Amino acid sequence: MENIGIISYGANIPQFRIKTEEIASVWGKDGKIISRGLGIQEKSVPGLDQDTATISVESARAALRRCNIDPQDIGAIYVGSESHPYAVKPTGTIVGEAIGATPDLMVADYEFACKAGTAGVQTCVGFVKADMIKYGLAIGADTSQAAPGDALEYSASAGGAGFIIGKDDVIATINHTLSYTTDTPDFWRRAERKYPSHGGRFTGAPAYFKHISNCATRLMEKMQTKPEDYDYAIFHQPNGKFPVNVAKKLGFSLEQVKQGLLTPVIGNTYSGAAMLGLASVLDVAKPGDHIFMISYGSGAGSDGFDITVTDKIKDLKIENAPLVAEMVEDKKYIDYGTYAKYTDLLYWE
Amino acid sequence: MGGVARFWREIPQRYNLIGNKCEECGQVFFPPRESCPKCRRKSMGKIKEIKLTGKGKIVTYSIIHVGPEEFEEQVPYPIAIIQLDEGPRITAQIVDCDIHDVKIGMKVESTFRKIQQDGSTGAIYYGYKFIKRK
Amino acid sequence: MREVAVIGIGITKFGELWDKSFRQLIAEAGSKAILDAGIEGKEIDEMYVGSMSSGRFVGQEHVGALVADAAGFSHMHIPSTRVEGACASGGLAVRQGYLSIASGMNDIVVVGGMEKMNDVGGNDATATLATAADQEWEAFFGTTFPALYAMIATRHMHEYGTTKEQLAQVAVKNHANGAKNPYAQYRREITLELAMNATTVAYPLGLLDCSPVTDGAASLILCAADKAKKYTDKAIKIIGSGQGSDSLALHGRRDICTLDATVHAAKTAYKQAGITSKDIDFAEVHDCFTIAEICAIEDLGFVKKGEGGKAIDNKITTLDGSLPVNTSGGLKSKGHPVGATGVAQMVEVTQQLRGEAEARQLKDAKIGLAHNVGGSGATCVIHIMEAM
Repeated sequence: MENIGIISYGANIPQFRIKTEEIASVWGKDGKIISRGLGIQEKSVPGLDQDTATISVESARAALRRCNIDPQDIGAIYVGSESHPYAVKPTGTIVGEAIGATPDLMVADYEFACKAGTAGVQTCVGFVKADMIKYGLAIGADTSQAAPGDALEYSASAGGAGFIIGKDDVIATINHTLSYTTDTPDFWRRAERKYPSHGGRFTGAPAYFKHISNCATRLMEKMQTKPEDYDYAIFHQPNGKFPVNVAKKLGFSLEQVKQGLLTPVIGNTYSGAAMLGLASVLDVAKPGDHIFMISYGSGAGSDGFDITVTDKIKDLKIENAPLVAEMVEDKKYIDYGTYAKYTDLLYWE
Repeated sequence: MGGVARFWREIPQRYNLIGNKCEECGQVFFPPRESCPKCRRKSMGKIKEIKLTGKGKIVTYSIIHVGPEEFEEQVPYPIAIIQLDEGPRITAQIVDCDIHDVKIGMKVESTFRKIQQDGSTGAIYYGYKFIKRK
Repeated sequence: MREVAVIGIGITKFGELWDKSFRQLIAEAGSKAILDAGIEGKEIDEMYVGSMSSGRFVGQEHVGALVADAAGFSHMHIPSTRVEGACASGGLAVRQGYLSIASGMNDIVVVGGMEKMNDVGGNDATATLATAADQEWEAFFGTTFPALYAMIATRHMHEYGTTKEQLAQVAVKNHANGAKNPYAQYRREITLELAMNATTVAYPLGLLDCSPVTDGAASLILCAADKAKKYTDKAIKIIGSGQGSDSLALHGRRDICTLDATVHAAKTAYKQAGITSKDIDFAEVHDCFTIAEICAIEDLGFVKKGEGGKAIDNKITTLDGSLPVNTSGGLKSKGHPVGATGVAQMVEVTQQLRGEAEARQLKDAKIGLAHNVGGSGATCVIHIMEAM
């Protein structure tokens, strides 16, 4: 059987953090209660000079620093995000140029709410399997926006991760991937609008939980596995509560979820969320570890992945780029005023 | 800063620190030169493109408190002249560190950031800034 | 090569001159110089005018013709050429006039320098001044013009132990001189405490380490020295003219703390004059920032490299010091209408050598030097003058 999977990976999380309590205090809410309710203590905030393109480039460069591939052998780049810096003009071309992968290269930007990054992984897997490219680069990154005072303001954050997909010398084999998709308007942002809208509690049961559960069940059916067969499980994480609840419902333990759960300390990085979770797991994974990952994108769909870590992970020069845990710890707190400046809330005619 | 072409033609330098090297005397240039100022005509046809590593150290710096319009929101921010390991010196911002930590001799490495933009409707220009070397 | 003398000078008030236009300023300075020299319009062979950025400051290029027109010479069709070298534009215009007479081509040349900087807002003025830096490799990345000199200061402090107080003392001295100059923008003394505690513009430089944004113009009438007597008995000879260039970007220089363009221009000018730096009695140097004056007195050879700060401590450069520097108040206090500065410096040197400097008059000043810099040191032009 062909061995298709992850050749290398890299992540990027901006340095700035704002605490849930700091945001809550501006709106006259009880920060402790909100923090406990959402399971989010603080979230990452992009600096004025950071956006989805810079996060994507830094993630891709980190992935390249850890392996020995020639960027010219990368035949496709897909950047998934709901905060591409341009509405029209790809982020992927910036990445391609910045890592030296142009010009014999397929590029497109993806948007599927929070699962655009994993959709890119699936595309790369397909192209590699079809022998159309040697390597593909899939990135999920966001500097997600939330309207001031909206519930999303406590979670919408910034970060991303990139995965180089290839054949043979893979550090982790993607045994299988499938998706579960319906038309469910739980969360959206209309063209030319700055902030997203959402269906409140409708984003829960009929959206997040339904799609993740169905995708997970179908993947385990296909792979003939049970939750206890996996060492790690990663679920999309819009807050700290949903992924833990869906894991429990499916029969996974908190122990399996913990390593891939970053939202409590960096917030929801949208397209970056499941991808950063996977990067965090690979940072500590050992050969033979079995990983279960389900992303979720509003609108709505879930991508499921069954992954096995290989011996090659020992050859990865992981020290050539910062670990996810190191980036989580490398932080600088800002107050709401600075946050407002950094996230362009202060604008005038 | 003028039209997009002016930025676009410098993308190899701004994104990837592509300089060049005189194979006659070995001197490295950034930005690239058409000929070597030392070897003059002997360098013709012997200038080879090279990618710089982006590692270097601070030669001198300033902390800008009154910035140009496009950089006003970032003040106070450090700007420095950096001696790259390959030899050339360049001017760039130092980011992701306390402004009081910036010192002459500090080891730095390049990172990819947004440098400026032509307002909210114009093109976004990316390029190098430097961070403290980990 | 023929010898060249200054036979007339003219200068406007420097400052925020809201009621004066670009053309009014240069016409005023030029008329004053022409009257001072006692020449007639028809005797003028050629004109050279320096302006750094009339195009950005007032949206007007083609200022060679504009100046001739404003002076009322358009019907005489006198050749008039604009010269540009950032903040050294004025000094370069003088050098062009000087060369045209020295070559034998012309006998009488009007030289002017002007800038009208306050017709644009602060941000536009800052952006325009930054065009003297390397746009692609310095300004693009967020460098400001003060930051370039601030980086020179940081390195100077690091290598030679120069202090923020020494920088501030330059400003204090130049304000003391400027207080005595009726044409100066800031005719007031400042205290060391005020200078030290001014708001930071680009660390380590504070607001009072920086020259201001200024409107103003200055003019000289140059004449072949052998014909000067016909017009005046107080002609001042230009005994040396030197110019040098260097990399546009500060990071391209051999040494951050040395303006090699100054070193080169000074060497040339001293050699032509047949003197050394020791023979200079006083100097107008390009103190666009306080650190620039410290570098200038080193690079001109008045003190050893690194000892500029100490020279300030020892009061060598004050009005009653052994080598007075910037008796006019310098760019710092007199003001810095960029294109006018190089010409205005020579107006001051002429006044000192003529004995017309009033409250700031030096005793026994025989040889004076004017040092005009463009950008962070990519261009330098120096003139040495002596009473005839």
